[in-house]
Amino acid sequence: MDMKRDYYEDVQLFKSNVVLFWSAALLLVLFTIPLYTPNYYIYLFNIIMVHIILAVGLNILVGSTGQISLGHAGFFAIGAYGTVLMMTTFQLPFVLAILIAAFIAAFFGFILGLPALRLEGPYLAIVSLGFGLTIMHIIGGMDVFGGRMGVKVPPLDLGIKQLGISWILTTDFQKYYLILITTIIMVVGARNILKTRVGRSFVAIRDSDIAAEVIGVNLTIYKTLAFAVSAFYAGIAGGLFGFVLGFFDPFTFNMILSIIFLVMVVVGGLGTIAGGIMGAALITYLQYDLLKNIAEVPYFGALMVAVSKQWFTVVGLENFSSMAIGLIMIGIIIFEPLGMFGVWIRMKKYWMTWPF
Amino acid sequence: MDHFTVENLSICFGGLKAVNSVSFSVEKNSIFSIIGPNGSGKTTIFNMISGIYKPDSGRIICDGENIVGLTPDHVARKGVARTFQNIELFSNATVMDNLLLGRHIHMKTGVFAGAFLWGRGSAAAKEEIANREIVERIIDFLDLQSVRNHYVASLPYGKRKLVELGRALALEPKILLLDEPSAGMNTEEKGDLNIWIKDIQADYQVTILLIEHDMNMIMGISDRIFAMNQGEKIVEGVAAEVQSHPEVIKAYLGEEH
Repeated sequence: MDMKRDYYEDVQLFKSNVVLFWSAALLLVLFTIPLYTPNYYIYLFNIIMVHIILAVGLNILVGSTGQISLGHAGFFAIGAYGTVLMMTTFQLPFVLAILIAAFIAAFFGFILGLPALRLEGPYLAIVSLGFGLTIMHIIGGMDVFGGRMGVKVPPLDLGIKQLGISWILTTDFQKYYLILITTIIMVVGARNILKTRVGRSFVAIRDSDIAAEVIGVNLTIYKTLAFAVSAFYAGIAGGLFGFVLGFFDPFTFNMILSIIFLVMVVVGGLGTIAGGIMGAALITYLQYDLLKNIAEVPYFGALMVAVSKQWFTVVGLENFSSMAIGLIMIGIIIFEPLGMFGVWIRMKKYWMTWPF
Repeated sequence: MDHFTVENLSICFGGLKAVNSVSFSVEKNSIFSIIGPNGSGKTTIFNMISGIYKPDSGRIICDGENIVGLTPDHVARKGVARTFQNIELFSNATVMDNLLLGRHIHMKTGVFAGAFLWGRGSAAAKEEIANREIVERIIDFLDLQSVRNHYVASLPYGKRKLVELGRALALEPKILLLDEPSAGMNTEEKGDLNIWIKDIQADYQVTILLIEHDMNMIMGISDRIFAMNQGEKIVEGVAAEVQSHPEVIKAYLGEEH
């Protein structure tokens, strides 16, 4: 540990030149990935990054503030549908549309935060679960959103139509850079929020709400604020997610999705930025790639298909990813409650004190 | 005019009169101790002052302003800080963060300003640096340097008591409520605490209300002592008066001593 000379060093982003070097290296890799990976993996990376934005936001609520939410697919849906609505009906440019949609999501987050002032634990979980389901069905019943038939997204135009400037992103390759830059801004923003006054107040509410109140933290403001911030992140993620998919219907944002989001946060590590990132990356990869294609693994795949057909479902490996993710969740809670972040910390300690 | 006054304060829990028409007033920058057997209502008075309980009747006047009915966070903004009998710290945060939370009411950074901490010049960074300097002075004062970046959950009991005291000091209070600060400390730590409380009184210009069971400490540092039993006042006065008062002896030792 090196000597600190300045209080700014406590809050700065790159604590040492080593961190700066590896961050730069990581950025270089992230910015060049699409140049040498097949298109399918670019699509996968896009989904992973969208989920990272959401998981980091959800972690602010669940991990840092200690409030549970089983309705984040609802905010995700508001972001996706809101952005498309702003761009088609109101003809707004993309950047403005996604921001407005995210603020609408944040407003709904504030509304959901109000019952959280009175409810805790399982009761809050039920309220938020109801919220997620309600949003899904309300959107499904509205013709302006295409009802249950779903909605096709307009072209992703970064320019301003009214001024005649047009910059349309069509391929996954182009969208990758938009999503990457947004993700970096959102993640650094979350890290900054947690490092400053508001983030500390969230942690205070989680650890002891009575002490938080006595030192001057207004519970009403900060609990609803945590929901709003978290919903804002979900809204931004939802807006981008729509354009990654190209087409979506209300059942894209079902209850299982909310639970998967929560799994990401728990598996990654509650209350840390890195945890949200790692959890989102792992679970998304498992869900969209590895577990989807598990049937093609020699011997093991065939065995799993046989087991699945015998005991679980007649169509093959339909439920396998849910089962595998459930098992991972149970394993994490029993063996490593800090999640992947805990494993990372242990690895770091091991190397720092090596060879002892 | 008195700095801090409690007038006819009463509260009932069901049929139990926990505090019954208690009045006292405290001079600015003095140490005022409240003593009494367990269950006599001392902590209940503190909880009413800091807004956790709402008294059934009575007034609490701080600098000429009635603070009864305010929520705890508004009471804190009036300059009343406190510690708890059974430590209430943010155990999964570092000592530094706990003390910085004590600065909450003096800071302004909101979500947007916080999210845009992109360099030394940003408003959020400037505020962080300024407040970290203030907190660092408290860390020096309470000798917490060695644990400043430790998680509170990993600290021994005595240190946690100090962190809680530091957090209350970081608020720059006018009134400091200390609920059994020396409970669970060894003799040496108690001695240090004694000196610190005296120093706090002198350096921070703060009025201290103290609940304590350690009579040596009480008699040594209090300017005035308020003895109570079963929610009611027995006697108020300087150490010698209270010590020799027959009712106090009866409350502590029983009728036939």
